[in-house]
Amino acid sequence: MKGYLKYFSGKLVWFLITLVAAFLLNFILPRMMPGDPVAIITQRTVQGMTSQSGVQKVYEYYAEVFGTNEPIFTQFIIYIRNVFQGNFGLSFSQYPRPVADIIRSSIWWTLALQFPAIIVGWLIGNTLGALAAYLKKGFDKVLMPASIFVSNLPAFGMAVILLVIFGVQLGWFPTSGGYGYDMIPNLSWDFVWSVIVHYQLPFWSIVIIAIGGQAIGMRSMAIYELNADYVKYSRFLGIKDRKTITYVFRNAMLPQVAGLALSIGTMVGGALVAEVIFSYPGLGSTILTAVMGQDYPLISAVTLIITLMVLGATFIIEILYGIIDPRIKTAQTE
Amino acid sequence: MKHTIREVFRSPKFVVGFILLIAMLLIVILYPLIIPDEPLEIIALGTFFEPGIYVNVFDSIGARTYTLNLNDAQERRIASRLGEQERLDMQEWLVSYGIPEEEIDLEDTEKLLELWENNYDPTLRFQGMTSAKKKYFARLDASLENLLSTEGVIIAVENVETNELEQTRVINQSDFVNINQVPNVRVLPLGTDNFGRDMLTELISALGTSLQIGFVAGLIATMIGLTLGLVAGYIGGWVDDIIMFITNLFTVIPSLVLLVLISYSIGQEQRGAVTVAIVIGFTSWVWTTRAVRAQVISLRHRDHVNLSKLSGHSIPHIIVADILPYIASYVVMAFILQISSAILAEASLSILGLGPKTTEVPTLGLMMNWAMIYSAHIMGKWWAYFPVIVVIALVSFSMNLMNTGLDQVFNPALRD
Repeated sequence: MKGYLKYFSGKLVWFLITLVAAFLLNFILPRMMPGDPVAIITQRTVQGMTSQSGVQKVYEYYAEVFGTNEPIFTQFIIYIRNVFQGNFGLSFSQYPRPVADIIRSSIWWTLALQFPAIIVGWLIGNTLGALAAYLKKGFDKVLMPASIFVSNLPAFGMAVILLVIFGVQLGWFPTSGGYGYDMIPNLSWDFVWSVIVHYQLPFWSIVIIAIGGQAIGMRSMAIYELNADYVKYSRFLGIKDRKTITYVFRNAMLPQVAGLALSIGTMVGGALVAEVIFSYPGLGSTILTAVMGQDYPLISAVTLIITLMVLGATFIIEILYGIIDPRIKTAQTE
Repeated sequence: MKHTIREVFRSPKFVVGFILLIAMLLIVILYPLIIPDEPLEIIALGTFFEPGIYVNVFDSIGARTYTLNLNDAQERRIASRLGEQERLDMQEWLVSYGIPEEEIDLEDTEKLLELWENNYDPTLRFQGMTSAKKKYFARLDASLENLLSTEGVIIAVENVETNELEQTRVINQSDFVNINQVPNVRVLPLGTDNFGRDMLTELISALGTSLQIGFVAGLIATMIGLTLGLVAGYIGGWVDDIIMFITNLFTVIPSLVLLVLISYSIGQEQRGAVTVAIVIGFTSWVWTTRAVRAQVISLRHRDHVNLSKLSGHSIPHIIVADILPYIASYVVMAFILQISSAILAEASLSILGLGPKTTEVPTLGLMMNWAMIYSAHIMGKWWAYFPVIVVIALVSFSMNLMNTGLDQVFNPALRD
C-alpha cells in the first residue's frame, strides 16, 4: 500500500510540474516573437481594419491583457490568476462573446467524441492484434496489410473517405455539423437522434485509425511474448494453452497501456483535424475559426485547454497502469 | 557495413517501400523537365474542371475534317443529350398513354425514341395533367426532333463591312477531326482545382515540396534527438535528469498544440515551407531522444566501450567510434519515421489554416486545405482531394514499409 501511495504521489507531482510547464509555454511562446508582441498581434488582428481608433483600441486591449507594461513575473501572475478564474478575455472573431463561453460550448463535443472513440479503437485494435498473433495464417494475412494501410492514412484522410462514401454517395449520414442545422439544442427525442446520427462518421473515422495502429503494436508485442521462455516452459509443463494465453496477453497488454499514455497527445491532435473535416462543433473546428478570424485570445485558450485535457488523460492512464501492473510501482519507487 | 546493406535489400518489405519512394522522387524530378508548366499558374476560368482531354473548339472547326460513317454515332449523340430526367418524363407520358411500364426500357435509347415517335400526340391530354406539363411535353418533343435531324451546323463569320453573317462552312454530323491535327489540345489527367490550376502539375510539385519539408524536418528532429539522446545516455547523472525532464515534458504536451501556437506566432507572411519544416523539426524530436538514450544506456557498459575508456579515448571519440555504429540502424529508422510524420504534421497544420503561405509553393496539406474550403468532397469533385490523400498515404506507406523491413532485419525476433 505504501508503494502505491509513493507511486501515485510521484505521478501527481509530475502532473503538477507538467501543468506549470504547459502554462509557461502558453505564456512564453507568444511573448518570444521578435519585436513588440502586442504590436504584431494587433497588426495581425486588425488586417483589413481601416478605423485608426479601432486599431488603437485593439492595441490597448492587448496591452492590458498581456500587461506588457508590468515586469515579466507580474505578467505571469496576472496570466495564471486569469486562467484560474476562467477568464480568457473576449473573442475577437465573435466579439463580444467571452472566450470562456465559446470553449464551454465546444469542449463537450470534443470530450464526448474523442475519448470514447480512442478507447473503443484501442480495445478493438488490441483484440484484433492479439487474435492475429495467436491465430496467424489467414486472419493475420488479411488483418496485417489492412492495419498497415489504415494506420498509414492520416486521420483526416480517413475522415474524408468515410464522409464521401457514407455521407455523400450513400447518403446514410449527414456530412457536417454536430446536429441538424435547423435545430436548437434541447432535450427532445428529435435532437438527441440528430446528435447520434451526426456522431457516427466522426466517431468511426477516429476509431478505425486507432484500430490500425494499435493492432500492429499489439501483434508484435504478442508475438514477442508468445516466443518468450516462460511460454515454452509452461507448455513443457503441460499447462493448458488457454491458461498460458491469459498470461501472454496480460504481459503484452501492459506496454500497450503505457503506449496509450504516451501517444494520446498525438491521437487527440489527429482527431482534432478530423473534426475540422466534419465541421464538428468541437475544439478542432474552434481552432480553425480562430485561425481564420485571427482571434488570438481564442487560439491561446483552446491550445491551453487541449493541453490540459491531454495531461489529464495521461495522468489517469498512468494511475490505472500503476494499479494494473504492480511491477511498475516497485521499479519506479526504488 | 556492406553485408548489412545487402541484408537490408533482401527484405522484400524494405525493397517495395524503397522502390515506391524512389519512383515518387523520380516523378518529382522528371515531370517538370518534361512538362515545364508553372504549378500555381491559373489556366482555367472556373472551378473544378473534370479530368479529361480538352480540345480547342475554335481550332477543331478550322482543322481538316474527315468523314467517318459510324452506325452508332447518332445514337450516342442522343444518348449523351437525353438525360435521366427526360427519360423518366418520356416514360411518364407513355405510361399515361397506355403502354405497359415493363415494355419501356429506359436504358435502350433507340427503342425509347421509337416508342415516343410512334405514339406521341401533342393534342392528347390525360386526366390530372396540368397544361404546364402538357406544354413541357410539347417542348420535349420539339427538342427530340432537333436531336434527330441529320442536317449539319452552319459556321458563319461576321463581315466587318456589311455587318452581315456570311456562311463559311457547314459541319456535317459525320465530320471528324484528327486530334493530332488540332494545334491546341490540353490533357488534364486530374482536371483542375478550385482556382483553375492543373491538378496533376500542382500535385507533383506539392509532393516535391512536402518531401522536402519532411526531409528538412526529419533531419532537424533526428539531429536534435540523436545529440540529446547520446549526451543523456552516455554522460548520465544530472545532465541525463535535465534532458529527460524536458523530453518527458514534450512527450505529454501534444505537438500539434505547440505547432499551432508557434505557427500562429510566426504569422502568415513569415511562414515559408522551410520555416514550417524547421518548426515541425523542433517539435518532434522527443521519440528519437528516448529511443537513442535507451540504446546508449544499454551499450554504455559493454566491454568494448570500457576498453576504449581505459585506452584514454576522449568522450566524442568513444561516442562516434564505439556507440554510434551500434545505434545507426535505430537512427536511420527513426529518421524515416520522422520524415513521414513531418509530412502528416504539415498536412494537419495546413488543414487548420496554419500551413506555409499560399502564394509560393503548393504542398499536399495546402491542396487538401483548398479542397476542403471549397467543399470539393461534398460536391463530388473527387479529383480535387482523393489523389492528394492517395499520395499522402503512399508516401507514409512506403516509409513505413521501409521501416518495418529494417526492423525485421535488425530485430530477428519480429520476423514472420
